[in-house]
Amino acid sequence: MSAEVGQFALILALLLALVQAVAPLWGAHRGDGVLMAVGRQAALLQAVFVSVAFGCLAYAFVTCDFSVSLVAQHSNTAQPAPYRFAATWGSHEGSMLLWVLILALCGGVLGAFGGTLRETLQARVLGVQGMIAASFHGFLLFTSNPFLRLDPAPLEGMELNPLLQDPGLVMHPPVLYAGYVGFSVAFCFAVAALIEGRVDAAWARWVRPWVLAAWIPLTLGITLGSAWAYYELGWGGWWFWDPVENASLMPWLLGTALLHSALVLERRGALVSWTILLCILTFSLSLVGTFLVRSGILTSVHAFAVDPKRGVYVLGIIALTTGLSLALYGWRAPAIRSGALFQPVSREGGITLNNLFLTALCATVFLGTFSPVFIEMLNKDKISVGPPYYARTFAPLAIPLLALVVFGPLLNWKRDDWRAVMKRARVPAAMAAAAIVLGLAFNGLKGVVTAAGLGLAAWLIVGSALILVRRWWAGRAYLARSIRTTPRSIVGLTLAHAGLGLLTLGITGVTAWESDKVLSMREGDTVAFAGRTLTLTAFETVQGPNYQAREARFTVKGQGAPYVLSSQKRFYPTAQSQTTEAGIKVTPLGNLYVSVGEESPTGVVVRLWNHPLIVWIWIGGFLMGAGGAVSLSDRRLRLGAATKVVPVSAQPAPAE
Amino acid sequence: MRRLLFLAPVVVFVAVLIGFFAGLGRDPTLLPSTMIDKPVPAFSLPPVRPEAQGFATTDLGGEPALVNFYASWCAACRIEHPFLMRLRSQGVTLHGVDWKDEREAGFKWLADRGDPYVRVGHDGSGRTGIDMGVSAVPETFVVDKRGRVRYRHVGAITAEVWEQKLGPMMEKLRAEL
Repeated sequence: MSAEVGQFALILALLLALVQAVAPLWGAHRGDGVLMAVGRQAALLQAVFVSVAFGCLAYAFVTCDFSVSLVAQHSNTAQPAPYRFAATWGSHEGSMLLWVLILALCGGVLGAFGGTLRETLQARVLGVQGMIAASFHGFLLFTSNPFLRLDPAPLEGMELNPLLQDPGLVMHPPVLYAGYVGFSVAFCFAVAALIEGRVDAAWARWVRPWVLAAWIPLTLGITLGSAWAYYELGWGGWWFWDPVENASLMPWLLGTALLHSALVLERRGALVSWTILLCILTFSLSLVGTFLVRSGILTSVHAFAVDPKRGVYVLGIIALTTGLSLALYGWRAPAIRSGALFQPVSREGGITLNNLFLTALCATVFLGTFSPVFIEMLNKDKISVGPPYYARTFAPLAIPLLALVVFGPLLNWKRDDWRAVMKRARVPAAMAAAAIVLGLAFNGLKGVVTAAGLGLAAWLIVGSALILVRRWWAGRAYLARSIRTTPRSIVGLTLAHAGLGLLTLGITGVTAWESDKVLSMREGDTVAFAGRTLTLTAFETVQGPNYQAREARFTVKGQGAPYVLSSQKRFYPTAQSQTTEAGIKVTPLGNLYVSVGEESPTGVVVRLWNHPLIVWIWIGGFLMGAGGAVSLSDRRLRLGAATKVVPVSAQPAPAE
Repeated sequence: MRRLLFLAPVVVFVAVLIGFFAGLGRDPTLLPSTMIDKPVPAFSLPPVRPEAQGFATTDLGGEPALVNFYASWCAACRIEHPFLMRLRSQGVTLHGVDWKDEREAGFKWLADRGDPYVRVGHDGSGRTGIDMGVSAVPETFVVDKRGRVRYRHVGAITAEVWEQKLGPMMEKLRAEL
């Protein structure tokens, strides 16, 4: 039954989305309050029906209803229950349903809590949102229906891709999708503003929390994905410049730019049309991120579902969404009046520079990812872009950007004096210099890059912490109160920027001092590696719930108390595939990473990696996400907190 | 003029879109069909190992051989490498091409992990790989006695790949005249 209910709910959701796409836009145009109210109701009901559809599919998965074709293909009675549930979004169809669920929930929230917005703006936002929703409901129903039945039903199902049977990956898609889809709201606001031809303070005040709310899960999702690739793929790396990874990095880079430019728009009413363009492009790249990997245009280790027919539909949606919104932008944006002017040396100026760098970074990744497609089209050459490309293009742009981060919060709005700014930055600069000297002392002149990386990390961490310290020092007479009254957005900013510093520290450490060793070992063999000795104490077969594994156990001595580390090579009979479970000892100073490989008469192949400081990469990533969350909880950003609508653009502030 | 600037994004987007639609039909894992059963395109690569010989088209033919493209920056190559060592110990004729890599890094790779190759050439510009249709490393070509490409494997060679595909193929080619 559940499949039919789900199917029916999805069809209703499509119809509601069509209503939502038409009624409020027409209502806003005619000034008809009833039609606009219809849009709000449609958004709410749509959220309900998509939730029902998702619930039905999840129910079919958890109860192992193999008469549903999708369940039969991706679930199995031997699969542990949490993975049976997670299998709901482990396939193309299921993950698309999750995608539209998040989209519909965003629509529902806009419909329910958008009351503080101008009614016509809310109606237009909902209308645009309805169009996106309708096209994706259509995509789901016509090309990737998750509720197809199978007759006769098999007694046992296939299995979820074993690589995906992992706690990290259970969380990864929903979190990442929340980020991708979250940017759709900013997109809808941008298009609505273009339709209206005006941008006011209420617009900016609404867009920024939504951007932040999307940026946080995207940051966490990318971090989770990177951590998962590290411990699950058994390759001992944390970022591979794979097209799918790049696809999530591109909206993140532009989303980060948007986060900052929206701040300028909210506070100063400047960068109006640029912010609107970023809204459009960020969501477009999110679409690219979710869908292009499914179209067969690019190959990647991640490409789980490739079908050119779906690719055409998806490209069609991207063509319409992005194409129409950019055309609208070209037509209407020149008429939108931009607000305040600012001096080059000012916080606005700093953020503009930040935006330029982030956009350039995004362009580098875009070219690296897609140039093989274009070059093949132009002269039939097949080329591949590897990490050397990114080392030469991405790093030289990222390093000056990281150096600029610290200056941002030190700058005053409107105008500042660069000599005064330099003076404010002298403490982090001194710390950075100390770190560079220390790095050079340890590594000699060959380690210039490493020393520079350490300096940059120190610069970022100290520079960010200084924002809080300086504030509290100024109010030291009433320390408790000055800590309590520090706006959360400032705490969030500090955390996010410091997270960037930890990320730099981790990347520097692992790039500079990583070492690895591959060897063949038998039981009882001992090997010396990275200041430790590892003994292969046992190598045996163990039985898991739905897999068999060859497990190697090592005793590690040296650098602290001895401990046992084990790595498995798992074989999943139903899926007929193998996975590697690496054994990882995580410490703040570095990880010891062991993974077993092929067996041969001379023993088993063992790969050892020493990854100094690598864990700070993910701690940094999570800290950035946490910083975003703290900032989002700031009173100033809370939805509906500000009800006064003062059009900024109507009164351009004097230049000075 | 200012208006044109605002129209630039949509113009760029349309160009990109045309590229995407054109790219939709392609399957990057397929060797260009013109390559199969054709002679290996001519190349002559400088050596990776100092003071050793390089690797050229003339080294192929006579015996069926595998030509393996690797790079020191490639993660999957690390996975593949121990198995290549095993193939070498079984007497399989295996040549290597260090692709889009620094020569020193490619040599250090062999020095650190062992050298499974009969001949290794350095393809720093990636030109030879492009002629062969390499889209990503590791990638391995099966070349027959007459120096023609017979098969292309994308991704790491594992025990399964060897037993099911490449091993039987090499066996068959050895029997050919």
